[in-house]
Amino acid sequence: MTNMRYLPHTPEDIAAMLKAVRIESLEGLFAHIPDDCRRQEALNIPEHLTEWELNDHMDTLAGSMAVSPEYKIFMGAGSYEHYVPATVSFLLGRSEFVTAYTPYQPEVSQGTLQAIYEYQTLTSRLLGMEVANASQYDGASSLAEAMLMAIRVSRKKAVAVSRAVHPYYRRVLETYFEPTDLEIRELPYLKDGTTDLNPLKNMDDLGGVAVQSPNFFGCMENVEDIRQTIDKTKALLVVCFSEPLAYGLYKNPGQCGADIACGEGQSLGIPRTFGGPALGMFASKMKYVRNMPGRLVGETVDLDGKRGHVLTLSTREQHIRREKATSNICTNHSLCALAAVMYMATLGGTGFKELAQLNYDKSEYLKNALTRAGLKLPFSQATFNEFVVEFPAGFKKTYQRLMKKKMIAGLPLDAFYPELKNHYLLCVTETFTKADIDMLVQEIKR
Amino acid sequence: MKELNELNFPDDVRYAESHEWARSEGDRVKVGISDYAQDQLGDIVFVELPEVGDTLGKGEEFGTVESVKAVSELYMPVAGEVVAINSSLEDAPEKVNNTPYGAGWMIEIKAENLSELDDLMDNDAYLGTLKG
Repeated sequence: MTNMRYLPHTPEDIAAMLKAVRIESLEGLFAHIPDDCRRQEALNIPEHLTEWELNDHMDTLAGSMAVSPEYKIFMGAGSYEHYVPATVSFLLGRSEFVTAYTPYQPEVSQGTLQAIYEYQTLTSRLLGMEVANASQYDGASSLAEAMLMAIRVSRKKAVAVSRAVHPYYRRVLETYFEPTDLEIRELPYLKDGTTDLNPLKNMDDLGGVAVQSPNFFGCMENVEDIRQTIDKTKALLVVCFSEPLAYGLYKNPGQCGADIACGEGQSLGIPRTFGGPALGMFASKMKYVRNMPGRLVGETVDLDGKRGHVLTLSTREQHIRREKATSNICTNHSLCALAAVMYMATLGGTGFKELAQLNYDKSEYLKNALTRAGLKLPFSQATFNEFVVEFPAGFKKTYQRLMKKKMIAGLPLDAFYPELKNHYLLCVTETFTKADIDMLVQEIKR
Repeated sequence: MKELNELNFPDDVRYAESHEWARSEGDRVKVGISDYAQDQLGDIVFVELPEVGDTLGKGEEFGTVESVKAVSELYMPVAGEVVAINSSLEDAPEKVNNTPYGAGWMIEIKAENLSELDDLMDNDAYLGTLKG
């Protein structure tokens, strides 16, 4: 191996270290590992590239993708195209924040701790909940953790999940539950695009009920009805989301009686980078805080009575409680959480509401234009910034033609819901102009 | 933490290896944690107790006790039905530190079989295990 500049140890360093531990060669360090556990052949990786060759390679890869703004992508389905204000990119780029990591030492981490505390505060307000954690990985793992929390609180063995929850979130939940004796029951969806609550009336043994609102079809769920339906049982109401901007316009989970609110925060100042990194938002009622997963920053005072922030209730966490911890994930997505708090603070309450209204109005504009063009919107329930359209059979050809014109006409739903053939999930956010939307409708009509 | 000879091990209760004490009071058994346990845990900030009416087996977990540095599970010293809980610990968990055998009691059990108390240790035997 040549001496590469990214490896910190020179051959002389290595020789000195080997001598100190009285081993002849590097290979000797691995002598205790059984042969059949060792890789015999060399790693199959390409030759190294120069920096300019590498840039060229990345440009070629990027050029093979359909990305905004070159493409007009009328697709959300869990990841949304929103404008990221310059304040967010600028603040997030500051080295004090970029290197944000587990702030175990309050004496050297007040900046990060305060930022996370503010993220928790704004998250609680946005979701209408009493306490929020410092974040989870993404919407899917947040939902899975929420259902495990509901099981811990209720001491029951089964949960019910709406089929209108994001299919990927449900898959992650299944993975979490697979090795356990816990049961997941699926709630079907109704003709109007909302969850069928009737099966709940015969289930008094549930530990949790989860719906997504707006759901995967973009429809607002009747969360308050679910609250009423399960109120006499031990089940916790878990309200999940993939588009938190909706709560600038619609009632938030807390106002609808949620015990736990969880979901994806990518919409809040985080670009759509091929599905990640994401932000798992997680909040609950205060009375359940000791059963909440994840990390929590609290406010306190120091010896002089000055305000300060520290990690709190750490006894729930893995490094203290071991296998009895509330979660085996003992970290958070700090940088993404910081982006979200900067985004929310930049918009403020009024800006957040205005942006939500803009998303709704533009989306309704496309809805109306498509209806006038004779297309069918199968679900009658109110939506936020995405909705389902039923196109005539053979729309796939039009879809391909549109793609050549750099427009993506939504997400085909039949891969996730085989019964929804020719159904597409379309999304419109503030980043689309009237001209963009008119162009899409015009091309669909042709 | 205190030396063993500074700790209090009364002889009117029986002790479990997991550091709970049990005191026979008529057909009921009162349960808490020993002076040694509270001293090891340090300042107790939260006690999670079962619901009245829960029936649990000997050795089953009936709750948790949380201090500033650790969380520990609480185990039933004898099998039976939980007939009372010390709900005052919700607001004053420090009672467990201050008077572990008195106001810091945790639950009252209607024992299935009072003779299970005989399987627990007396204060001398318990002190012996602590001295190792």
